Amino acid sequence: MKHVLSLLVENHQGVLSRISGLFSGRGYNLESITAGVTTDPGITRITLVSSGNENVLEQIKKQLNKLIDVIKLIDLTEKPSVHREMALIKVHAAPKQRGEIFQVADVFRTRVMDVGMDSIMLEITGSCEKIDDFITIMQNYGITEIARSGLISMEKTKKIKGGR
Amino acid sequence: MNISGAEMIVESLKKEGVNIIFGYPGGAVIPIFDVLFAEPSIHVVLTRHEQGAVHAADGYARSTGRPGVVLVTSGPGATNTITGLATANFDSVPIVCLTGQVPKGMIGNDAFQEADTVGISRPVTKHNYLVTERKDIGRIMKEAFYLATTGRPGPVLIDFPKDIQIKKIDDKYPEKIQIRGYKPVSKGHSGQIKKAVKILKEAKRPLFYIGGGINIADAAGIFNNILEKTDIPVISSLMGIGAVPSDHPRYLGMLGMHGTFAANMAVSSSDLLFTIGARFDDRATGELKKFAQQAKIVHIDIDPAAIARNVTVDIPIVGDAKTVLEELYPLIKKPAIDSWIKQTVQWKNTHPLSTETEGNLLSPPLIVRKISEVFPDAIIATEVGQNQMWAALFYNFRKPRTLLTSGGLGTMGYGFPAAIGAQAGNRDKKVIDIAGDGSIQMNIQELATAVQEELPVIIAILNNGYLGMVRQWQELFFDRHYSSTCLMRRPSCPRDCNSPGDQCPPYVPDFIKLAKAYDAVGYRVTEEKDIEPVLKEAGKSKTRPVIIDFIVSREANVWPMVPAGAGNDEMMLGEGSLI
Repeated sequence: MKHVLSLLVENHQGVLSRISGLFSGRGYNLESITAGVTTDPGITRITLVSSGNENVLEQIKKQLNKLIDVIKLIDLTEKPSVHREMALIKVHAAPKQRGEIFQVADVFRTRVMDVGMDSIMLEITGSCEKIDDFITIMQNYGITEIARSGLISMEKTKKIKGGR
Repeated sequence: MNISGAEMIVESLKKEGVNIIFGYPGGAVIPIFDVLFAEPSIHVVLTRHEQGAVHAADGYARSTGRPGVVLVTSGPGATNTITGLATANFDSVPIVCLTGQVPKGMIGNDAFQEADTVGISRPVTKHNYLVTERKDIGRIMKEAFYLATTGRPGPVLIDFPKDIQIKKIDDKYPEKIQIRGYKPVSKGHSGQIKKAVKILKEAKRPLFYIGGGINIADAAGIFNNILEKTDIPVISSLMGIGAVPSDHPRYLGMLGMHGTFAANMAVSSSDLLFTIGARFDDRATGELKKFAQQAKIVHIDIDPAAIARNVTVDIPIVGDAKTVLEELYPLIKKPAIDSWIKQTVQWKNTHPLSTETEGNLLSPPLIVRKISEVFPDAIIATEVGQNQMWAALFYNFRKPRTLLTSGGLGTMGYGFPAAIGAQAGNRDKKVIDIAGDGSIQMNIQELATAVQEELPVIIAILNNGYLGMVRQWQELFFDRHYSSTCLMRRPSCPRDCNSPGDQCPPYVPDFIKLAKAYDAVGYRVTEEKDIEPVLKEAGKSKTRPVIIDFIVSREANVWPMVPAGAGNDEMMLGEGSLI
């Protein structure tokens, strides 16, 4: 099963390699990893997607928590949270196909970032599944290049009944 | 006051109470050695190889409980420490390893003696640092000692670029420490402790299983109190040896691949394995599917990641072994388990360890027994292989921190430098390295260190002319194909030789001549009657290391043995006997 782990880590050099090294060294799956600084310049948030059975995931969390540079770890898999990914996709588009591609792209709420002689670049944001679906459709036209950001996630605020 | 980075490093060592370090100089650490030159409170042991320095610091740390400190240069100096750091990391030994680095501005340029030391050492240390700002030295030194010695201890490496060692700023050692990502648990969860007490009360065949954590946490005292109070039988992993006196009536010995009959039978029959500071290593458990099948498992460990990794645990307790046991002590009662105790005693009595071995030359187990008789309070270091198992099984360990052995990584060449470190930290004790003739050659260069430091370490070489443990596997499981394990082999030997005898070429090196070359003392023992007198003679040396070359039966095997894939109760007890 896929797990989304959100980590707050020290913003030191080498932190990413500690984490990716842990995954490669112990043979864990690492499907995506993203990192960016938080409002505290000393802290980086890392979102990573991993998969494996329950025991393996338990070990992954324990081993990550053992890293001195990991300040906090939250498993967002079971918690109400927002998961988003972005992708840039360059699609082969002969002039007469463009209209059709724009129509589909519009349904997926993508944005056109660049138009070339025989290709267009689209930006799509959303869940991984949505991006997967869009890629599948665009493959019919021919994808020449693709760049995915990896997942970023955040836990939702708890809603209190009767509160404001 | 303006002080250089090197002065700050040495100041930090003094503030941490360090009075001995093990090292080897080089271009990138000359400023630090220069400060040490004028520092009378810190003794520098110059080893002959950086790996020896780390093992020596490791032996010092394991035997004294204080962190071992290493100082080496950049590039090859740093890369040579990796085996030592990995050894210490696996066995949770507190070490602070200081390495030099090329000046900051040259990092990444493939400078002379440059290596990505933090990158290379990352997987084999508890934590590591590259110091990039002069002002950070004090804080990082303080953190390093704290990390190395608390929680599950381990090696911490700090890489110091040369320019930072030279730069002067107004500086002093910090008083406080704050690492927001590091909060080691000490106290166990009281609800879990209560559950453990309850399950122990209900058990019919309870068994204590102790590991290295008990020795590291200095929990042997409280554990022995619990043992006296409950009278529950106890087995030990290799690393737990020494916590309970080997001749204690409830002690059944080491479990695992070369465990005792009683320990392996008990673990297979127990209905409650009460585990303290052990990590269910594969050499201890044998085939996991067949391990302790009838037992519920309580597991006390300071490292949450060690719990439920290899076996399913019924009651996990994360905490320091000593703290948790102190909390358990008043709650535990003596259970009514007379028939179980009787059964374990019977296993001990019907299948005691035997010093008899295959072959007509000296018996290695007998030699270890004699060492135990002549030096009952020694610190024993071992190399890795048959020598290690014979030492673990046949020396009568009675105190914690008296067995220094590379349990996790299984590092040949560990024992002798570890013995040097232990002797440097325990001048009043007898320190003996029980070695194989293969292993001892992996760090034999440290003989010069021992001679120079006037350390009377005894090296007892169980010389069978083979890499014995691999040869044993080849004999038992590979049709006696002694492939690359004979240390006497010459081109004139038959290609498929597996029948050692008088016709074999002479052994090299001649360990007596070797000892002489280093101005150490050398003896050779070939007769049983000489074992004891020579050991006693060796014990008289006060300032010179002693090599004793025991010529032992070439094909002596370590028994019992649980073959790969078998359960712990499926032991081979001797040649051709499988139960």
